[in-house]
Amino acid sequence: MVTNSAAGAVSVSTSKIIPLGMSALLGLFMVGFVGFSHLEVVHNAAHDTRHSLAFPCH
Amino acid sequence: MSLFRNIVFTAVVAGLLSGLLMTVMQSFSTVPLILQAETYENAGGEEAGHSHSHDAAPAAGTAAPVVADHHHDEEAWAPADGFERFIYTASADVLAAIGFALVAIAIAEALGGFGGWRGGLMFGIAGFLTVSLAPGLGLPPELPGMPAADLGPRQVWWISTAICTAAGLGLLVYTRSALLAALAIVLLVAPHLVGAPLPPTHETAVPIELYARFVNAVYATNLIFWAVLGAIAGLLREKFRSGEQVSLTTERELAAR
Repeated sequence: MVTNSAAGAVSVSTSKIIPLGMSALLGLFMVGFVGFSHLEVVHNAAHDTRHSLAFPCH
Repeated sequence: MSLFRNIVFTAVVAGLLSGLLMTVMQSFSTVPLILQAETYENAGGEEAGHSHSHDAAPAAGTAAPVVADHHHDEEAWAPADGFERFIYTASADVLAAIGFALVAIAIAEALGGFGGWRGGLMFGIAGFLTVSLAPGLGLPPELPGMPAADLGPRQVWWISTAICTAAGLGLLVYTRSALLAALAIVLLVAPHLVGAPLPPTHETAVPIELYARFVNAVYATNLIFWAVLGAIAGLLREKFRSGEQVSLTTERELAAR
């Protein structure tokens, strides 16, 4: 019984890899765009957010 | 697919609510201080060490190399002060919050889930330590008009510190071996031994009193933001699990056995 549930847990976690990886990538992309993009226009639009979140700015 | 959909839904709701809350807090705390600092920045000009002024074009020749170095294109678009600027700040806050929520939920799910709003709150506080406090030890929050090292190396140090801190905290909480605990401590401390890129001089026209208030305001608002983000994400993640292979009830039944 223990081995069965352990095997089940492993198979669930492998099926989770793609949705979890995609979620994390999407999140990192959004944070990177708002906080780390070197585009001048993006910097100016998110200026106060970058300072207030203590992202490296300028 | 339903897992991805549920994570995105949870992240959007948690990010929207916590991002809007943060915008309200900022408009009473950090943003007025940023605007105040910009008056010194614009007045200080070249002496401030970096020009961020949107209107003052540098005198041709003399100060141009210094100013151009900070890659602020004088003609770049910027939101008009007032309502337009507020809207862009709010949008950026919400986008960043949703992004943070997506990453936090993905990591939490990979480690077995939040387990309710209290677990979410703990995750939120870990997020604050990872993204605000640890990078802030080396690169404190900056006001406009304050000198800083080149942007690229600072961003690299900031991201490396956040990754090391996240890994260190994760090892401390989710593993039980002494060796991994030692590795966790190394990961937590190493970025600060390496040290953040520092500016050649710390001279600035911005008053230290203004700066102290700004740093306090940044940490206070970020702590509340992360706590709320985590708690809402933990709560919603528990409530909305439609279509996922392992439903909450089966998980609870398994836990009860």
